[in-house]
Amino acid sequence: MEQYLVMNKLSFPILSATIFIPLAGACLLFFIKHERAVKVIALITGIINFLISLLLYAHFNPDTYLFQFGEYKPWIPGHSIYYALGIDGITLFLILLTTLLAPLCVLCSWTAIAQRVKEFMFCILLMESAMIGVFCSLDFILFYIFWEAMLIPMYLLIAIWGGPQKDYASIKFFIYTLSGSVFLLVAIIAVYLTTGSFSIPNAMYRGYGFTFEYWVFLAFAIAFAIKVPMFPFHTWLPAAHTEAPTAGSVFLASVLLKMGSYGFLRFCLPITPKASLFFAPYIIVLSLIAIIYGGFVCLRQTDMKRLIAFSSVAHMGFVTLGIFTFTLFGFQGALLQMLNHGITTGALFLCVGIIYERTHSREIFDNSGLGKIMPVYMGFFGFFSLSAFAFPGTNNFVGELYVLIGTFSSNKIAGFFAIVGALVAAAYMLLLLKRIAWGRDDTRSIKDMNVREIIYLLPLVVFVLWVGLFPKPFVHTITKTLEHLVTEMQRFM
Amino acid sequence: MLLLPELYMMLLAIIFLFISIGKRKGNVVACGQLLSILGVVISLSSIFFKGELFYGAYRVDLFSQVFKVLLAAGYCLVILMLGSKDEIEHEYIAEFYMFLSFSTLGLMMLVSSVELISIVLSLEISSYSLYVILPLRRAQVQVQHEASIKYLFFGAISSGIMLYGMGYLYGICHSTFLTDIIRVLPKFLNQPIGILALVLTLTGFLFKLSLFPFHFWSPDVYEGASHSTTTFIATIPKIAAAALLIRITSMAYLAPPVLVQILMVLAALSMTFGNLVGLVQRDIKRLLAYSGIAHAGYIMMGILALSREGNLSVVYYITIYLFMNLACLYTVILLSKDGENVTLDGLIGLSKRSPLLAFTLATSAFSLAGIPPTGGFTGKLYLFISAFREGYLTIVIIGAVNTVISIFYYLNLVRMSYSKEGNSVTPLKLSGMAKIICLIFIFFILAMGVTPSSFMGLFKHMVF
Repeated sequence: MEQYLVMNKLSFPILSATIFIPLAGACLLFFIKHERAVKVIALITGIINFLISLLLYAHFNPDTYLFQFGEYKPWIPGHSIYYALGIDGITLFLILLTTLLAPLCVLCSWTAIAQRVKEFMFCILLMESAMIGVFCSLDFILFYIFWEAMLIPMYLLIAIWGGPQKDYASIKFFIYTLSGSVFLLVAIIAVYLTTGSFSIPNAMYRGYGFTFEYWVFLAFAIAFAIKVPMFPFHTWLPAAHTEAPTAGSVFLASVLLKMGSYGFLRFCLPITPKASLFFAPYIIVLSLIAIIYGGFVCLRQTDMKRLIAFSSVAHMGFVTLGIFTFTLFGFQGALLQMLNHGITTGALFLCVGIIYERTHSREIFDNSGLGKIMPVYMGFFGFFSLSAFAFPGTNNFVGELYVLIGTFSSNKIAGFFAIVGALVAAAYMLLLLKRIAWGRDDTRSIKDMNVREIIYLLPLVVFVLWVGLFPKPFVHTITKTLEHLVTEMQRFM
Repeated sequence: MLLLPELYMMLLAIIFLFISIGKRKGNVVACGQLLSILGVVISLSSIFFKGELFYGAYRVDLFSQVFKVLLAAGYCLVILMLGSKDEIEHEYIAEFYMFLSFSTLGLMMLVSSVELISIVLSLEISSYSLYVILPLRRAQVQVQHEASIKYLFFGAISSGIMLYGMGYLYGICHSTFLTDIIRVLPKFLNQPIGILALVLTLTGFLFKLSLFPFHFWSPDVYEGASHSTTTFIATIPKIAAAALLIRITSMAYLAPPVLVQILMVLAALSMTFGNLVGLVQRDIKRLLAYSGIAHAGYIMMGILALSREGNLSVVYYITIYLFMNLACLYTVILLSKDGENVTLDGLIGLSKRSPLLAFTLATSAFSLAGIPPTGGFTGKLYLFISAFREGYLTIVIIGAVNTVISIFYYLNLVRMSYSKEGNSVTPLKLSGMAKIICLIFIFFILAMGVTPSSFMGLFKHMVF
């Protein structure tokens, strides 16, 4: 195990800190009665954690593909289960995204959540802990515990604070995702019995027999495809996204969906490379279906949240497409798209939350014609909409460009269909923007965004432009890890 | 002094006997609570005793002593949970305690018995006490009688079958001592007679564990018996049954595949049947009965591995099962009005009425479903690993599918108490004792999930 790790050289275990600070904050909430104090403490916890995670970026060494900031302690000796943490180029930005979004989620729920504030903040912080844990874990069991533990607060977020159909949406979400992960557990045990340890890096690139890889890949892929969600497994997503409270939707769209594509990059490709190559054509076809189908479904939506939810299906299609081209450009594009989708879709959900707080409707018709009434809001909304269909100069353009380069270099026909999907994306986002901005003549008086709302959207604007105009620091940081993945994969081609 | 926990339990039974004869019954409940806590302490203090008694028919070793601690802890929790709820008429409480003590005594003797006749004796001491207290219930008039009759008949039949199997064992091995049987039996395990004897002998314990074809009593008994009796029957005899299953199957480590196949089929049927029928239950106690049938199937996964690791995981799982099952039943006890059964609808709005109780229920439901970071997951992981290591992939996959099926009804418990809004939001006041018990449950369920090594460290030395 040690040979895969660069041990943590900071004076404190930084990864454990980022995982457990939110948890500690959540426990602290129990002892506080005052509602406002609860919100402030949740916010402070989130901000502190974000600042600490910035240290990760500062001290990250982009010249190695090994796992950095490693921590490694025996946990359950009998079965060689370790408390092993470490991050590489793939996970660094996903963690930063999570820690960035958590305080924003607290802020966006400041007034939107009126009842059971304490429990709500508790769930948010618990989610943050579990999500960071998923990205940091280098031990299968540790990973699986975080992976499943994530479901419980998410379920509660939808089930308690959700919209009118929260009951249906929450239970569907829970059962759907759980049924995928149970087979993940079986696959994990199979890998463990073959390699003799639960270490994730240790299980990579071992050249197992093809039949073994075939079944393990399938078990992995179902769990991850449900999380992504890929085309035939996407049906939980619109319900859950639509009914969840704003903060829940943001977490779902921005981080939870990334778990699936992260799973493909971290588990499927390195552990079962031969099977990944074997199944790649099927996955590519499913991704293309997701891109085009998601786009066309979006055209007919009347509910803003539902539309954005389906657009996530299409966007995540680009991510899986990029991964299964097995090219450096594809991988880079996929990873950038994961981040970009997290930022842009998160921002769009935040925007919908802002308008929902004022009009109490998510219907496009009820919210149309806001251009004159809420100019500042329309500015933000328009900006993020442009970013969502990959307007040049925004973050999604860079990501999609990388994915398309990767796709064309490996398969021209797939590239062609992906382009069609990108066009449809422009159509539905512009349609939405048109309706919301101009839609109808209206003289309603709705208050424009307040300072708090502007504050939590601004960081996202910065990121949209930063990645869109100057992606080099991001690409540079992730490249070494992905290059290693490409070279290892080529051994099996 | 080797018999300290048993002697103490007998002393308890006698004390309660005298109380029941006497006229003053004021503080029976408080007295019982104190004495039962003392019982746990005494069993803990005798955990490292070692020795043999009665010409080798009775063995005191770490295995039996740990199980005695579990039994004493379960007994203590049952007594504490009973509290002051008036579902059993007050004048019978002393008798009720007495029979509970006798039953626990029988089970304690059972886990130490290594000879067929003392096994039968201990098992019957425990069962007969339960036959008597089953009809003790104030609320409904009819159900508990049906329950007690069913329990009696099924119990008697399964004891009969077990004796039949033991007769064969004696016939083959010419001895009733397990140590002798271990020496002779493996030669006969390739023949039908050996397998038949073993499987028939197991029946008596599979009945207590409510595995599939021997499960018919459990839903009706759970539903009909008073909550306190249910909490006892649902957990404590299962612990002892698991212990005996381990003792007996460890005689058959070199068994031919057919024995494993029989157990595997039973386990698969038990899980699938329990979970499928569990889906449609409305009464929480019935639901837990079917969940118990399914869990018996999970436990069999460890037994059929026929390995040391499998036994270890069974011990772990039965321990966590004790806590999570009792935690679920505790909600029923606290929620029930006048001792009546609680349906799923009765849970509506629980998270507003009593957040702590709702959280306890949620923790135990997630644990029963096997979701990390609860002990239920860790236990199931151990079971899966031990069955998988012996190459029984099929049963592992069936177990995984069953986990998915079962999540629906466990989640229903959480869903009802959290996401459904009820009309009546009368707050449910928990006493200080109730709060402490809830916290104990939550602590153990989470602790066994996150730091299993501390428990495993102890269990590792006890199994064979």
